[in-house]
Order: sequence, then C-alpha cells, then structure tokens
Amino acid sequence: MSTYLRAALTIYWKDVTVEARTKETVLGVLVFALVVTFIFKFTFDPAPQVVALIGPGIAWVAYVFAGIVGMGRTFVLERERGTLEALLLAPVPREAIYLGKLAGAFTLMIVVETAMLPVFVVLHDLSFLSLPFAATAVLATLGLAAVGTLFSAIAVHTRARELLLPLLFLPVTLPIIIAAVSSTSLLLDGGGWRDVGEWLRLMLAFDIAFLVLSSWAFEFVLEE
Amino acid sequence: MQTTPPSAADSPPLAVAVAGLSKTFGTTRALVDVDLSVAWGETLAVLGHNGAGKSTLLRVIASLVRPDAGTIAVGGFERAKDAAAARSIVGYVAHQPLLYDDLTAAENLAFFARLYGVRDAPARIAEVLDDLGASAWADRRVRGLSNGMQKRVAIARALLHRPSVLLLDEPETGLDVDGLAMLDRLVRTVTDGGAAVVMTTHGMERGLSLADGVAVLAEGRVALSGRTAEVTPADVRAMLTRQYQVAP
Repeated sequence: MSTYLRAALTIYWKDVTVEARTKETVLGVLVFALVVTFIFKFTFDPAPQVVALIGPGIAWVAYVFAGIVGMGRTFVLERERGTLEALLLAPVPREAIYLGKLAGAFTLMIVVETAMLPVFVVLHDLSFLSLPFAATAVLATLGLAAVGTLFSAIAVHTRARELLLPLLFLPVTLPIIIAAVSSTSLLLDGGGWRDVGEWLRLMLAFDIAFLVLSSWAFEFVLEE
Repeated sequence: MQTTPPSAADSPPLAVAVAGLSKTFGTTRALVDVDLSVAWGETLAVLGHNGAGKSTLLRVIASLVRPDAGTIAVGGFERAKDAAAARSIVGYVAHQPLLYDDLTAAENLAFFARLYGVRDAPARIAEVLDDLGASAWADRRVRGLSNGMQKRVAIARALLHRPSVLLLDEPETGLDVDGLAMLDRLVRTVTDGGAAVVMTTHGMERGLSLADGVAVLAEGRVALSGRTAEVTPADVRAMLTRQYQVAP
C-alpha cells in the first residue's frame, strides 16, 4: 500500500475510533437533523400529495444543515487539542490528511442519512429505499464532504468559523443540492436509473472536480 | 520512513542551519534576521522572556510556520524545497501534548508510528514508554492522565521515529523532579547518539548545564549567542535583565 493511502486510512481509522468512543459529533448531528425534520413537519404539516413535492427538499435541507454542523467539527476538535499540528508535523502528503478527514466526514454523514431513513417513513410516509437513491445519496454526500472538509480547514483558522463555514459552503454546494433534490424527486415519482442519469453524472463531475481542486488547495489552506 | 542520526561521514556539517530568518504576525515582528546553527550531537538552549520569539523559532524549524524571509535547513534538507523530508527527521515537543484525549497512550503512539512508518512499532512503543517511565499508563486514555504524565507521553511521541533533530519547547513544564531528571538523561542520551537538540527554556541554569550552545532572543532578534563554555550565566542573566528593563 502506498504511503499516501496508508496515511489516509490511518487518519480515517483514528477519526472513526475516536467518534465511536465519544459519539459526540454523530449524536449532535443526528439530533440536529431530527429537529430540522420535525420543524418542517409541524410548521407545514404538508398534505400527502404535497409531501412528494417538498419531501426531497426537506430531506436534503436536513442532511445539508446537519452536515454543516458535523463537518464544522472536523478540524475544530483537532485544533482545540493541538493535534492538527501533530498531523502537520508528520511526513505524510497533505493530500493524505485531506483524504482521511474527508472519508471521516463522509462516513459520519452516511451514518446520519441512514439513521434518518425510518424517520422520513414515519413522519412523511417517504421511502427512499432504492439503488438509484443510494447512488444519489453517495454521490451527493461525497460532494458535500469534499467541499465541507476543505472549507472546514479554512474556517478553523478564523475567529468567526461558525459563521464562515455555512457562508462558504452553501453557495458552492448549491449545484449538488439541486441535483440531489431533483434526482430524489424523480425517484419518488417512480423514476429509475434512466431518469436520474443526468443528475448522477452532474454530481459525479462535481465530485471529481472538487476532489482534485480541494486536494491541491489543502496544503496552502493548512499553512499558518 | 525510519530515520537514524546520520553518521559524521555521510551527513551535512550542521543538523540545523538557520540564516536571515524573519517572521511577522500582523504588526508583531516575531523573528528578525535570525542566524543560528546546531551541529550534530549538540544541544542549543534558546533563552528569552515571554514573547521573545522562542516558540516561533521552533515552529518555523519544525515547518509548522512559513517564514517571511530566510533559509532553514534541517539535516541538510531545505525547508523550502523538501519540507516532508525535513519533517521526517524532526521530533517536536510543544507546549500542548499534541495527543488525542480519547485514545490511550499506546493507541496515540501506534497512530503516530503508522504515520511515521516506524518499523516494528509495538516493540518501539514499549521501548519509548519504558524509557519515559510511562509503561504503567500505556492503556489509560490520555484524558485521564495528569499534565506530567501527558508530557511524558508527548515526549515519547516525539522520540518514536528516532528523530535526528529534537525540538523541545519548554519541555520541563508539568514535569516533577523525577521527570526533570529523566528529561536531562534523555537529552544527553539523544545527543550521545549523534542527534541534535534545540530546546527553549526559562530555566537558565538547567539550559546552560545541558547545552553546548546558547542563544538569547530579545524581541525576535538574537541578542547573545555562543558556546556555553564561553558564555557565563552572569552574561545571560545580565542580558535578560537588560531586556526586561528595555522591554518590560
């Protein structure tokens, strides 16, 4: 295994181990996603025919807002404990640190999205269980995590980090949010792979572009 | 990547060579035209008041902070050209322990051993923990360790990959009498093995007794430097007192 992949996996496994022990971030993010979903349910109380229309939007807004909360902590915890410096001291490519942290953020979001699936069934009678939806969720989450990890690293060096992260994150990820909501709507309308193919390709292109760009930019972002 | 202190035959003449180093944070000039060098097998004590630039100097040498001007070579690797190679031979002990609170001491060391590519990591981890008198806490989470215990594990982390250049930023903080004696032994063992040590400290007597060279920083500049055999404690004390009067 290359030094690059070994370092990324080591950082990823460390993040997963720490989170599995503390459950600080995953529980906080999950509760946040639940609260957002409940607010939509009880403020709009949409009729069944409206649910199919606005349900995908509710779901992805909940995921994206929860993702901001979770990814905001990706580097804050490392910074608070000083361990970010320990990572930067290690003779590993900066891209490997990015990839390891990205994998951790992606896993966190996928866990929260999976845990939220039954909630959407109970509250809105929406079932997202299908392979095309899984592909939509994976591609959208990868794009959100790719952007969120980079911007979290930028925001961690600033005093107004809680404000800066959403301000940077939301405009940039707008194409992927639109693609995810559109793809999910088509699937709820009974569509299949062929109907959502265009949106999936758009998300794939976004993911590749931001993975390459973020990996390259990460070294400059981390320099003090 | 495993590193060992280079032998005299195949190594560059200096372990650390810093020339014309300057760094400004906002309007604060942290380092101004600093020139320093440390030979293999030697210890440099860096003294100075709070805010003199000692920690910044170490952070720049460790490649954590990019300088505004000047050159730095660690083990012959220039920071500007080959920062990763320079980092691979540096061990750094900071004010903070740089450890994960929710991992045990041994898990922390195993994590960093993988990042540094340490061969036979379990044996090496047991060895450094034993050297630091920290074996008994190996399976305790860092969160539950005292400051002194955390400092010992932090030093173990810095030594794990057998660095050729050891940077110690006020390493005595948090250590008890036994810990200080252990630190002194460790610095001597490291330099006897051919590695170089750069150590910032407020303990002038300890610094001078351990070091081969001394540099006193004042407002980011080298105000006094020389061999400890030539610079007396009275010279250093006079310099520090003068700084305090000029820039309280």
